[in-house]
Amino acid sequence: MNPQDLQYSKEHEWLRVAGDIGTVGISHHAQSELGDVIYVELPQVGTKVEAGKTLGTIESVKAVSEIFSPVSGEVTEVNNDLTSTPEVVNSDPYGKGWLVRIRMDKPPSGLMSAQQYTEYTAG
Amino acid sequence: MPVEYSGIAKEHSAVRTSAGLFDVSHMGEFEISGPQALEFIQYLTSNDASHLSDGQAQYSALTTPEGTAVDDLLVYRHNPDRFMLVVNAANIESDLEWIRSKNIFNAHVEDISAKTGLLALQGPRAQDMLQTLTATSLATIPSYHFVSAMVMGVDTLLSRTGYTGEDGFELYFPASESEKLWDGILASGKPAGLLPAGLGARNTLRLEAKLLLYGNDLDRTTTLLEAGLGWIVKLDKGDFIGREALVRQKAEGVQRKLVGFAMNGRDIARDHYPVYVNGVEVSHVTSGSPSITLKRNIGLTYLPAEHSAVGTKFDVSVRGRACEAEVVRTPFYKRKDS
Repeated sequence: MNPQDLQYSKEHEWLRVAGDIGTVGISHHAQSELGDVIYVELPQVGTKVEAGKTLGTIESVKAVSEIFSPVSGEVTEVNNDLTSTPEVVNSDPYGKGWLVRIRMDKPPSGLMSAQQYTEYTAG
Repeated sequence: MPVEYSGIAKEHSAVRTSAGLFDVSHMGEFEISGPQALEFIQYLTSNDASHLSDGQAQYSALTTPEGTAVDDLLVYRHNPDRFMLVVNAANIESDLEWIRSKNIFNAHVEDISAKTGLLALQGPRAQDMLQTLTATSLATIPSYHFVSAMVMGVDTLLSRTGYTGEDGFELYFPASESEKLWDGILASGKPAGLLPAGLGARNTLRLEAKLLLYGNDLDRTTTLLEAGLGWIVKLDKGDFIGREALVRQKAEGVQRKLVGFAMNGRDIARDHYPVYVNGVEVSHVTSGSPSITLKRNIGLTYLPAEHSAVGTKFDVSVRGRACEAEVVRTPFYKRKDS
């Protein structure tokens, strides 16, 4: 279920690395826990973000949840489609439901593999 | 009862357009009986139970001497000597203690919560769905009335009540029959769009209909008049606990009022978010949620009476940001045929 080519944080974000660019989203487990996503608040392009610090918020019908950045760097792109269709975070968390792209200051560290994350969420 | 089965939004919409089935067996039920049962209930509660006929129910509240709420509840009259009170799950023990401590009428008070199952079938299709499972004619049961009926062979108290703002029924029955009725009603209603519904949808539905949630919108610190429940305060019915305080408050006017509001932006007000009027923190959001039906973000809060008129703007602090809210007419949602 959790794609093998991604890395995962304890806060349930995923990271896809291509060169120095990291794409960030939330995991299937996270979207499932949140339920119907209705509002995603993301930083503006150019914002400096720090690993482990708040990147934005996701609101579902039942709760609000912070998104934590899995890496440090600068936001280069945000998924503006989520403004009109936040529900794709539920339906396609690893694809169209991506949140931001970040130019990473350094390679990511302290993240889990798909297998580790699957065990983490099973426990 | 889980928070959701197939998703809050989906379950919510099913109740507004077809029907949803809630297992609310966690609610509390007490039987009050004896020659002075009515007098006792009149003394304990703010609404006038003397107007009830056999087979009729009313919304009411247990009041403190200060006119605040020990609980809100439904009063069912079986006959002049026998009533059932339906109370909030979290308050079963404290209500029971309260009621027993006030029992100067020697009424028999029995907690039947554990042996009573309760399912709520709510939505415009509820009657059609339930009618296939009982010989009792449902169309003749008016709102806030109940009958004794066999449903799928189970002896049931069938009540035209609910907590969603839709037409619907609440079924009280021996707890051992819960699974049979749950499965049977779901199977019967499924072709017409019936969905099992959880606590999440129950909350968004009741909020749209501005039905209060005890512990959030109403508690022992809020009077019934402040909570906008003046319509269940019958000051001329005779003495009851809290009457004097409520008479006084009605004469003097309330200092604060529970109001419904909508957010003017996309921000969602959640329970407990701070509320500011002219930059001064005055209260908090007692209930806040996206409205699935209205596609707006709505909530309830107490505002100073002089700042509570419809159209009044104030701020809700959403994670430290002041976001504009506006007092609106309530209920937020009203079904078309009501």
